[in-house]
Amino acid sequence: MRIASLRQLTLARFREFTREPEAVFWTFVFPLLLAGGLAIAFRDKAPEQSIVAVVMPASPDSAALRVDAALAAASSGKNAPLRARRIAADSADEVLRTGTAALVVLPMPDGSVEYRFDAARPEGRAARQLADDLLQRARGRADVLPFRDVTIRERGSRYIDFFLPGLLAMNIMGSSIWSLAFAIVTQRNKKLLKRLAATPMSRLEYLLSFVLSRLVFLGLELLVLLGFGVWVLDVPIRGAIGSLVMMAFIGAAAFGAIGLLVSSRSRTVEGVSGLTNFVMLPMWIFSGVFFSSSNFPAAIQPVVQALPLTALVNGMRAIMLQGASLAAVAPQLGILAVYLVVSLAVALKIFRWQ
Amino acid sequence: MTQTASTPLALEVTGLRKAYGDVVAVNGLELKVSAGQCFGLLGPNGAGKTTTIEICEGLNSADSGTVRVLGRTWDRDATWLRNRIGMQLQETQLAEKLTVIETVQLFRSFYESGRDVDAVIDLVQLGEKRTARVNGLSGGQKQRLALACALVGDPELLFLDEPTTGLDPQSRRQLWTLVEGLKREGRTILLTTHYMDEAERLCDNIAIVDHGQVIALGTPPQLIASLGAEHVIRLGVGESVGGSHPVTLADLLAVAGVTGGRETAGGYELRVGSVQGVLPALLSMAEQRGIQWSELSTHSATLEDVFVALTGRDLRDG
Repeated sequence: MRIASLRQLTLARFREFTREPEAVFWTFVFPLLLAGGLAIAFRDKAPEQSIVAVVMPASPDSAALRVDAALAAASSGKNAPLRARRIAADSADEVLRTGTAALVVLPMPDGSVEYRFDAARPEGRAARQLADDLLQRARGRADVLPFRDVTIRERGSRYIDFFLPGLLAMNIMGSSIWSLAFAIVTQRNKKLLKRLAATPMSRLEYLLSFVLSRLVFLGLELLVLLGFGVWVLDVPIRGAIGSLVMMAFIGAAAFGAIGLLVSSRSRTVEGVSGLTNFVMLPMWIFSGVFFSSSNFPAAIQPVVQALPLTALVNGMRAIMLQGASLAAVAPQLGILAVYLVVSLAVALKIFRWQ
Repeated sequence: MTQTASTPLALEVTGLRKAYGDVVAVNGLELKVSAGQCFGLLGPNGAGKTTTIEICEGLNSADSGTVRVLGRTWDRDATWLRNRIGMQLQETQLAEKLTVIETVQLFRSFYESGRDVDAVIDLVQLGEKRTARVNGLSGGQKQRLALACALVGDPELLFLDEPTTGLDPQSRRQLWTLVEGLKREGRTILLTTHYMDEAERLCDNIAIVDHGQVIALGTPPQLIASLGAEHVIRLGVGESVGGSHPVTLADLLAVAGVTGGRETAGGYELRVGSVQGVLPALLSMAEQRGIQWSELSTHSATLEDVFVALTGRDLRDG
């Protein structure tokens, strides 16, 4: 192996990437925009208000007016648990369907009330509970069990804290697989791979240059996304930075090897795009980037947990949010190492140079 | 042939065969290229030139036959050979986002020893384009950059696969001048082409290849002399009134001084030793039979005519 070739090949990779403004955008700017957008959507704010719609007849009777008054009273003030508004009877179904209210309260002529809500939605059930409590108490029901509420706010329990490690892992997967697949297949398609194979260049040098340039970009990606997460979004990193970097490094290497495998035969970018999506799509869905992978049924958990992205997401989440040590994430590191070794071995075996 | 017992062979191919499924691309091809000469493989598209050259370059494997390059074989001395040969492949597109100098530097880094990057760029006349990106180069400039990549390892043996295909006339001549310079440096060159003028101008020796075999071998003058005719007369036959041809190929071949000929799309092509000896007979035949020659032209015999005489087809037809 020649250091000069490795250096030149890595430089070429680096130059080709940085001279492709679109690639830079999708690797660095896009995840930032995504994280920023989610941070705004899930920003630290007062607990969610339940939106309740009260159906008022054209000439309301006293029972209807009492219901309306009780809910309106609970709606006043900044920290009110719910917000009630009046609607006409014919728009009751529409507000539920469009989600503009979580609950519709219908005062009945006989003095009773009817609650309409989607029982499958947690907001609907919560709003029903809240409105029912208010109305029952307004009619004189007393609590028989004395109680005291203690609310806590834990740093790291917001959605963005949960999401950022997943976003980081997903970005490592995407950029590792895409950058390799796209570059290698383009070179094969343009017969450049064949031309390179005709020089004394060692094939190991060629493949290593991809790994090296990936690591440089991995460092940049980590710096940009983690920096944004820690300084702008105040996401905690409870474990050691070294452990996090190590986890990201192993993850990038494993996905790099998978990228190599994906691109080892394809002759066209279209072909490899399909294959790449085929490989990544199940992981986007099952690996718990956006919500915990434990939500999936127990029957498919063995498969879900064996996916490389699940391992990386869980590992990074454990290090960032629970302060896990490398030893504690050894199972995840092990899964990624297996993918790395197996993919690399198969890719080298079946790689098509021309 | 200029080869003597004392000149070492840069390339020796014997009994080469290669088939892709049912299609036999190379069928028992033989070649001997002495060191220092420019050897041309001339043939139509699909004749097996590229398959042959790629087997010689170690990029493809033969079904049977032997290939010795610089006295060595690919299965034993691949790395040694890769350091000593240079090549330009058909259809290679170099990385578009890299500049000229970055591309040549990259290729230079693969070789243990080689030439100075700037000197090679100057040699192929891309000095002014040194920092230009590859995607901004013209077709001729890209081809010269590919030549620079082939030369930067200071190769003893250079393979050029259709180096001027698709180039405009000026770029072709520019590339020819470069190849002539490389010949003067004493490099051995194996060149494939389907342009007979290119082969005639650049090559010391030519093998005409058709259907995966060498059908004629020699220097350009030797090959042309093998026709037994120095000139070619083209005759165009006008539309006849009765619908039947007013003259047949047999009539024309019977004319004294005509050594061979064939029917073409609009008339006939005759190989003759001397134009003056045959023309009067053709003109009087036309007068006797009331034929109007719609075309009558003559040219000195070329390699193209050699190919036509050997195969009955045009080079261009593929």
